[in-house]
Amino acid sequence: MSLVFDLVLCLMILGTAAASLLMRSALGGIVFFIAFGNLLGIAWLSLGAVNVALAEIAIGAGVTGILLILAHARLSAMGDPVECEPTSPWMRAAVAVICGGLIVLLSVAVLSISPTDRMGAQIATLMPALGIENPVTGVLLAFRAYDTLLETFVLLGALVAVWAIAPPRGWPQRPASLAIATPVSLTVIGTFSRVLLPASLVMAAYLVWTGSDLPGGAFQGGTVLAGGILVAALGGAIALPRADDMRLRSVLVLGPAMFLGIGLGGIALGRFLSYPVGLEKALIVAIEYALALSIGATLALLVAGKPVPPAAVQEGGD
Amino acid sequence: MEALATGHLFALTGAVLVGLGLFGFITLRHALRQLLAVNVSGAGVFLMLGGLGRGAATTDPFPQALVITGIVVAVALTAFGAALTLRQAEEDHAAKEDDERGGKT
Repeated sequence: MSLVFDLVLCLMILGTAAASLLMRSALGGIVFFIAFGNLLGIAWLSLGAVNVALAEIAIGAGVTGILLILAHARLSAMGDPVECEPTSPWMRAAVAVICGGLIVLLSVAVLSISPTDRMGAQIATLMPALGIENPVTGVLLAFRAYDTLLETFVLLGALVAVWAIAPPRGWPQRPASLAIATPVSLTVIGTFSRVLLPASLVMAAYLVWTGSDLPGGAFQGGTVLAGGILVAALGGAIALPRADDMRLRSVLVLGPAMFLGIGLGGIALGRFLSYPVGLEKALIVAIEYALALSIGATLALLVAGKPVPPAAVQEGGD
Repeated sequence: MEALATGHLFALTGAVLVGLGLFGFITLRHALRQLLAVNVSGAGVFLMLGGLGRGAATTDPFPQALVITGIVVAVALTAFGAALTLRQAEEDHAAKEDDERGGKT
């Protein structure tokens, strides 16, 4: 029964992926991509990976979707219709053959590996020492903390890179306003977001807290926070901060800096990123809260884009 | 047995997504759509990792953590790609307006 469900799900995933790539309309393609991301989330649920399902739906479908839609709208506003020049049928056929070959190779490789959760048992024996119960959080914050530390710096680095390509006159101003142009929609979304923003704060705090033992965590919580901030910005309830706002910069750096600081503290105990015995859970939760705050702010600003000259802010808002 | 089949089913779907994304990346001639195609390929890689980590009852937490890391890095890449695309379009737009103004005077 569940195998039939999975089969139908996989066909829908492939169908929406194909539609997102092959549709003539770029905007239609992005909409299909969001549907694709949500179906992938269900696939992760079906695999029993609730942590990944949350991350995929919130970040893969949600944040990536709004990023692409916003980029599409801004390109259209500049007169770029986001149309693809047609490629010759011969080239398409040749590329299809090559990609088909790649699919066959990958499929053979996949079938030669027998699915296993062997590492799960090993991780389960190490978990009691951490005092938390969600093995994914354990891997992210303890066993592979190095990866997660670098990942938070990748996210911060991406924002620095986006800011670095701001036009000289735009630095260090605010990003282009996200506020909706239609007055009625602005009122509706503005009112809604005043309710949603505090709710998203509570939800984010809950997801981080529960992430110690149940599915959730800093990335999922941070994304919910980013969602609340973005809706509030769309409704005009909050203005996006200037890039040189020191409070903003401290929030952006807080999570990675705290993670790095505690990691460096571990050197005193013998090893980089090792936690003192008895304080594991307290430190992991503290790092996660700081990370969620930084991730939320960073993701929201990544979506908003680079700072622009003040005149352009007004243009965007009108 | 069924767990094995489920794992392989999702991993195979992932393999097809990788190929599909690559096809889109090569044939679509607009940076924004290529960015979308990269995301489809990336999702395929994640699904391969997850599917092959599917055990009898649970999915291995190790690949789960890797995939969460991957999803966040993918969105960072997408955001920077979109920003670069927009910046390039702004340059082109400004150059075109300059040309038009130059033509009139």
